[in-house]
Amino acid sequence: MPLLDAIKVTKRFGGLTAVNNLSFSIEKGAIVSIIGPNGAGKTTFFNCITGFYQIDEGDIVFDGRSAKGRSPDQITRMGISRTYQNIRLFAHMTALENILVGMEPRLHSTWLGAIFGLRSTLQEEERALDEARELLNFVGLTGKGDWLAKSLPYGDQRRLEIARALASKPKLLLLDEPTAGMNPRETAHTTTFIKQLRDELGITILLIEHDMRVVMGISEDITVLDYGEKIAKGTPVEIQNNPRVIEAYLGRGAAASATIEVAS
Amino acid sequence: MAQLDVRDAIRKGLLAGVIALGLSVIGMVEAFDQRDVITDVFSLGQLLLFAAPAVVGFLVVKGRDIRAYGPALISGALAGVFAAIPIFLLLMLTLIYPGLRAQLVNVSPTLIGILTFGSGQIVGGLLLTAVMGVLGLVGATTHVIPDRISDPLVLGVGWTLLIGVLSEVLLNILRPLLPRGVLRFLFGTKGITLVTAVILLVLITVGIAWWRAQGRERYQKRIAARSAVQVANARRTSLGAGLLLLLVLPFILGTYLTEVVDNVGLYVLMGLGLNIVVGFAGLLDLGYVAFFAIGAYMMGILTSQGDLGVGGISFWLALPICVATSTIAGIILGTPVLRMRGDYLAIVTLGFGEIIRVLATSDLLKPVIGGAQGILQIPKPEIFGFTILQPQHFYYVILASVFLALFISSRLRDSRLGRQWMSLREDEDVAEAMGIHLVKTKLLAFGIGAAFSGLAGAIFAARLSSIFPHSFNLLISINVLSLIIVGGMGSLPGVVVGALVLVGLPELLREFAEYRLLLYGALLIAMMLRKPDGLWPSPVRRRELKAEEQEKLMMQAEGLE
Repeated sequence: MPLLDAIKVTKRFGGLTAVNNLSFSIEKGAIVSIIGPNGAGKTTFFNCITGFYQIDEGDIVFDGRSAKGRSPDQITRMGISRTYQNIRLFAHMTALENILVGMEPRLHSTWLGAIFGLRSTLQEEERALDEARELLNFVGLTGKGDWLAKSLPYGDQRRLEIARALASKPKLLLLDEPTAGMNPRETAHTTTFIKQLRDELGITILLIEHDMRVVMGISEDITVLDYGEKIAKGTPVEIQNNPRVIEAYLGRGAAASATIEVAS
Repeated sequence: MAQLDVRDAIRKGLLAGVIALGLSVIGMVEAFDQRDVITDVFSLGQLLLFAAPAVVGFLVVKGRDIRAYGPALISGALAGVFAAIPIFLLLMLTLIYPGLRAQLVNVSPTLIGILTFGSGQIVGGLLLTAVMGVLGLVGATTHVIPDRISDPLVLGVGWTLLIGVLSEVLLNILRPLLPRGVLRFLFGTKGITLVTAVILLVLITVGIAWWRAQGRERYQKRIAARSAVQVANARRTSLGAGLLLLLVLPFILGTYLTEVVDNVGLYVLMGLGLNIVVGFAGLLDLGYVAFFAIGAYMMGILTSQGDLGVGGISFWLALPICVATSTIAGIILGTPVLRMRGDYLAIVTLGFGEIIRVLATSDLLKPVIGGAQGILQIPKPEIFGFTILQPQHFYYVILASVFLALFISSRLRDSRLGRQWMSLREDEDVAEAMGIHLVKTKLLAFGIGAAFSGLAGAIFAARLSSIFPHSFNLLISINVLSLIIVGGMGSLPGVVVGALVLVGLPELLREFAEYRLLLYGALLIAMMLRKPDGLWPSPVRRRELKAEEQEKLMMQAEGLE
């Protein structure tokens, strides 16, 4: 049984069908990418999975339970977490506080416990803080816990966002263009890091990515969207040689002769 | 190098003059003339009037950083003279057109007397121009003479004037302590006497000069030489002393001033509540007075011995019920606005505040809460057979409540809920995506915020013994919001500082009462320009400002390389 199974999902905005009859599934422990030209509906599909948008038709089944009609906080609690295309950290909170917020689904202390200073509450906070520091080290931000998120360098912000997403111990991690705006060295680093997440933590990963080097380098399976529809699915090699994909990216004329340039 | 800039001096001078003219025409100068800063020599009105040329003389040189005598003094004097021109023109206008008062009500003979030193429009006008010119010169001079002389002198003048302005407070405190003859000598009839002023000026100036020259260094050396134990002891001692001071404050201040402090305390309580809603959770609530009203009315209904009282229970029994009712009201009013953000939320909550006020005056609820007549005969609280009667007694009830609210606020701020609120303020969508239950988190903010306000309202009702609907107007919500902004959003000490500045000061200077909103407006604009994070920003905001400074420094360093 796949970890995530989207069955004939359709999402419309007025007359525009952003995601059309899309079926898509990820096996547990896989690294899967969704690619497609701008406006193909990739981020919309992410938003449907995470409950930001309610889907109009179809169903999304995660870990054996339907996620349809659930609110974003419920879906996060089911075990899906995500990062954003345009980094959306809590800018005026520290790096540690950002991670602690990400840990929300696993915290249980109440506000009354905080007022009365109950031991269980204090212990939980202590543990959470320790764990947050560990995560900070894990993503390579050691010692930057007290920095405000907005004053971190760009690359660090991306990493902090991943740390925040990891803090809920998700089963599935959705990464929306994790290498956008990075230089080749940072991109290579991030690519290795994503693999590490799967190999060491066993997290299933779903990527949206424009950088073909990243996509082809780490994905085991690629789904190509265009105008909200799935136009291809397969391994990196299959996708690179698929004429419909080339057409979507480069236009009809180019499709006949060109292939997608991919650095090996 | 810096040159004499005539146009700049004239422009700034005229601007200051227009401000001085404005303050005169709206009646502030005349109203403030009632209060003497230095007995029979110098009034608050004159201070207001003459601050303009002195300050502009200071600014006109500061802006250009002129260190040479000639250009500095000339531009200062020029700015001062031009600061007098708008008022001079007004004086001439009153000569040509004596009926001016029909249009400008506040241009009274008294005001003209103040502006002309009682010597007729033409002579007085010229005199005023000369005085303002000299003041502009004086303002400019501070830049030319060495800092080690000018700084203490400016501070000395400032402090002396401040003490003069607040002389009534001092008099109130010192009255029981000093014999009448000494007081008469020190304070005269109004303000402080000239002798006192001179003594103060000399003492403060010399004191500050000494401190700058030697004292600070010695002090810092001593601080640096302290051991960890000594530091801890010093901290404990100062904390204890502060606490002790708070406990004996009503005895020092006397009835009237304690009443002022009580008022400040109630605003602090409300401020702390609204700070949770606006400062922590970022939900802009403009109808906050509603919960204050609900707490007050609940206290009235439950304890009043008049016709409307239904409970007849004691203050202490009623208090938790009032708080609970306000909390529930906060949750009920919060529920429909859960989906709203920013401006929409502000407008809807504004409406709620008004609904409560209208309901309070309505005929519909008149049988229950008395309509415009309000609720009377609310008994004073009793504790162990002792009746809490005077402001000094209420002070302790309020102090305890404020401490409780401060404690709860600070615990919550540093807790998981505090983080949830902050993330909500930062980005509601992402907060939800992090697994935060928006409804619960928002309603907790509304509920706890309303609880503090309800507590304040309940105490307010018992303190006044009667409540009327006009006490619960929109202005209270605005006052509370303003004091949070002035103090620093989300900052707990900021709430206290904000309440002292916005509620305490105007109470001490009763002449301000009429111009309170003007003061708020001017203060808020000045704050937004100069200290956008408030007088006492919360630690995180402060850290952020520091980070920005560091960034700038780093950029500068890179630029140098």
